[in-house]
Amino acid sequence: MQINIVLLILMVLAALWSVMSRSLLKATVGLALTSAIITMLMFRLGAALAAVFELSVCTGLITVVFVSTISLTKPLTHKEITELSKDRIKRYWYLPVIVALAAAGMAVLRIPKDFAMPNLPAIAADVRVVLWNARQLDLFGQIIVIIIGALGVVILFEERRRDEW
Amino acid sequence: MNGETAGLFYLFGFFVVLVSICGLYCILVTRNLIRAIIGLEILIKGVTLLLVVAGYAAGQPALSQALVITVIVIEVVLIAVAGGIALRVFRHTDSLEVGELRKLKE
Repeated sequence: MQINIVLLILMVLAALWSVMSRSLLKATVGLALTSAIITMLMFRLGAALAAVFELSVCTGLITVVFVSTISLTKPLTHKEITELSKDRIKRYWYLPVIVALAAAGMAVLRIPKDFAMPNLPAIAADVRVVLWNARQLDLFGQIIVIIIGALGVVILFEERRRDEW
Repeated sequence: MNGETAGLFYLFGFFVVLVSICGLYCILVTRNLIRAIIGLEILIKGVTLLLVVAGYAAGQPALSQALVITVIVIEVVLIAVAGGIALRVFRHTDSLEVGELRKLKE
């Protein structure tokens, strides 16, 4: 239980760092860190397959996509960064306050712990059986989404001459 | 659901709400497109963790894992397309600022 609490606190801190960091690359690293901590929590909850997906796809692939997108855009000049950082401090210092207030509010309100989860009929104990036997329609949907995503990426990342825009 | 499982669900739910607030705040406040996508990603992370812990608490870990895998697949496609759109916007307006997208109205 203590390990879970430490990991959960680290997860919130990583998310805060990701949102509040000035550099986009640091924000991306913060996001990857959040994802890695969520992976550990998933392992601790016994969801090993989902954890592996989270680690390989969210921590790895999405970070690569973000870093490549950032690298293809123009970095800000030093002057712009200085101007933006003053503005950022004004806009973002509320966030830790809001998070602390929300935490205090939830701790004070004490949501009843004895609420019951709905008793759903057990579908299967194995995730592979659930995926292939109970959720076939969803899998078709996923395949269609992946194909649409791939086509979208091909169209969006397509290089064109500037006068064609 | 016994007391220990309910306590675990409550604990995770507590922190998931805090992470979701971070993501939502990022989306609402930022003017940078890539940062808005990062905020969206943080929100999705909260949902993913909540799904896993709900499956654990309800005694349906396999179903929740199958749902999480679906969420991750959709998430990757969304991020790839959103990154491509951000890049296109950058090439078009030479900036990632959301305020520069006013011409969309015309």
